[in-house]
Amino acid sequence: MAYNLKEVVANKPSRFTSGHRMCAGCGAPPAARMIMRALKPEDHAVVAGATGCMEVSTFIYPYTAWTDSFIHTAFECAGATISGVEAAYHSMKKQGKLPQDGETKFIAFGGDGGTYDIGLQSLSGAMERRHDITYVCYDNGAYMNTGIQRSSATPKFADTTTSPAGKVIPGKAQPRKDLAKIMVGHHIPYVAQTIGYMNFKDLYEKAEKAIYTEGPAFLNVLAPCPRGWGYPTDMLMQINKLAVETCYWPLYEVVDGEYKITYKPAKKLPVEEFLKPQKRFRHMFKPGNEWMIEEFQKLVDERWQELLDLEEITNRNQ
Amino acid sequence: MGIRERLSGNEAAATAMRQINPDVVAAYPITPSTEIPQYFSTFVANGSVDSDFVAVESEHSAMSACIGAEAAGARAMTATSANGLSLMWEMIYIASSLRLPIVLSLVNRAVSGPLNIHNDHSDAMGVRDSGWIMLFSENNQEAYDNTLMAHRIAEHKDVRLPLMICQDGFITSHSIENIELVEDDKVKEFVGEYHPEHYLLNKEEPIAVGPLDVQSYLFEHKAQQAEAMINAKKVILEVAEDFEKMTGRKYGFFEEYKLDDAEVAIVCMNSTAGTTKFVVDNLREKGIKAGLLKLRVFRPFPVDEVAKALSHLKAMAILDKASSLNAAGGALYEDVLSAMYVNNIHVPAVNYVYGIGGRDTKADEIEQVYNDLLEIVKTGNIDNPYRYFGLRREAK
Repeated sequence: MAYNLKEVVANKPSRFTSGHRMCAGCGAPPAARMIMRALKPEDHAVVAGATGCMEVSTFIYPYTAWTDSFIHTAFECAGATISGVEAAYHSMKKQGKLPQDGETKFIAFGGDGGTYDIGLQSLSGAMERRHDITYVCYDNGAYMNTGIQRSSATPKFADTTTSPAGKVIPGKAQPRKDLAKIMVGHHIPYVAQTIGYMNFKDLYEKAEKAIYTEGPAFLNVLAPCPRGWGYPTDMLMQINKLAVETCYWPLYEVVDGEYKITYKPAKKLPVEEFLKPQKRFRHMFKPGNEWMIEEFQKLVDERWQELLDLEEITNRNQ
Repeated sequence: MGIRERLSGNEAAATAMRQINPDVVAAYPITPSTEIPQYFSTFVANGSVDSDFVAVESEHSAMSACIGAEAAGARAMTATSANGLSLMWEMIYIASSLRLPIVLSLVNRAVSGPLNIHNDHSDAMGVRDSGWIMLFSENNQEAYDNTLMAHRIAEHKDVRLPLMICQDGFITSHSIENIELVEDDKVKEFVGEYHPEHYLLNKEEPIAVGPLDVQSYLFEHKAQQAEAMINAKKVILEVAEDFEKMTGRKYGFFEEYKLDDAEVAIVCMNSTAGTTKFVVDNLREKGIKAGLLKLRVFRPFPVDEVAKALSHLKAMAILDKASSLNAAGGALYEDVLSAMYVNNIHVPAVNYVYGIGGRDTKADEIEQVYNDLLEIVKTGNIDNPYRYFGLRREAK
């Protein structure tokens, strides 16, 4: 059945309730709500959260925004924690200790700090062990929860509190890590990069595939942060759109090793349209700093071309 | 009545785990506990247990996976040593704060650095206030017996705390001794089934575990943990009583070896107690009233019971197999002294740090400790209470 946002929202009650304390204009809550909606209504889920904005804003004792079971342990181990939950399910189901009807799905949420950096080992282990889980990284490109420190997901030149744009060093000196590719290197059945765009169609469909693919799946979701990126809160969906239309954040999936770009902009916009509304890139627009925008554009172009090449190479034998 | 076997301490721990048949074991190799997950994964491979074995990529993930599994409603177990426990440290506290009765086999080894793979108690002492119940074992039999009693204690509704069973790396973990095993079916019946009240996999009652716990709640939650640790004392004795009915082997908070009429005594834990018993027997033959208090239950610390058992002594030595590096005394020494003080009992007491990094603990060294105590009784002088034995050069 073709995707229809109104029908999804009307027929599937939210499993991520209002009343949480995430910021207005943050990209993470709409993404989480949509991902949770991708579950079949009859299925139960256990959600694991890495320490971060989403965890500390959605589960403040004695309240929780999650209608499914939820567990948070620490920052770097959402992957290992959900592994343990899934192993328990597997073991207990096999022994007849759990009801045999209905399914339970296992989903972990971590920010880029808890996923690209401190949680990378735990995530890699979980993926390599082939647990039947979906790991979602909501990537806002810095340690936003502790006050906007750079992570390995922070783009080059971004001004953060630990990569400040100073008189000598113009923001973060290094380009960002390509986490989705690291996940592809685990040869897991499903890896996708997505965002809340075009009525959330891409996000919803990929979440559904990830959750209902047997074995480990990984979703990388760009989740803009108004405080860290410096855009007005009502501009979230526009920022999402610009991230995609400039090819800064390409939408693609890798199914059993085969790349498929799920959206190719008819006319690729110059990356400065994505950079300009964000205060973290403000210094790039000062006279004399044109080289930064040029370099940023070059990085985007290279990675986009690489993706086009990977799509071609991995589909060559079809 | 029982099965006579010859097993190493690691085999004994793994055998107990096989008989307990936990739902999940998540572990990572580290000397000298590596054999436990090795044996256990063989049980899994041969279908002699129903468990899922999760071969995690680190000890941090081992404890994280155990927390996930136990919160999900499963029985989860693991084993580690030294730096493995250090890497788990963050999760050790989280396991106890979530009130998850995970059981861990800790094969004691020196924590780096520098690197040393041999026995001392620095790993256990590093988590002594983490909210885990800590049982110590003199030999393979006690490591086995303590493991069989672990879940009954940890899962009790008044306790709900994780528990670790300590034994000395190599000294008992790799030494083969005679052991009496309990039959599989009797173990199954003794340990019983685990039915948690609330668990993640109960789709009829979804729960949330591990919140952000702010100023208005954390204090109360910590007080509840402290209360559970107090409750554990009663449960430990009840379980020991049932265990004695099944096996005839008696356990308490500690073992008093020729202590009741002793004038001088040693307090120690794990395998050193075996050596000390040998020395006590020799001294008794010479007419010296030597005794031993071998502590089994280190957490909860049996404050009043320890003080009472030591109250009649003329002098005592507390042996710490971990240096606290605090310009004061070892952890066991401080706990024993504090127990004496709050019970208003004064017995001259000295502390010996010994056996660090697997340094051999010899009978003549233990005998010298008793001679030192006799000297204290004679002269009334302690001089320096913070001492070593087995150290090549007296540290200044």
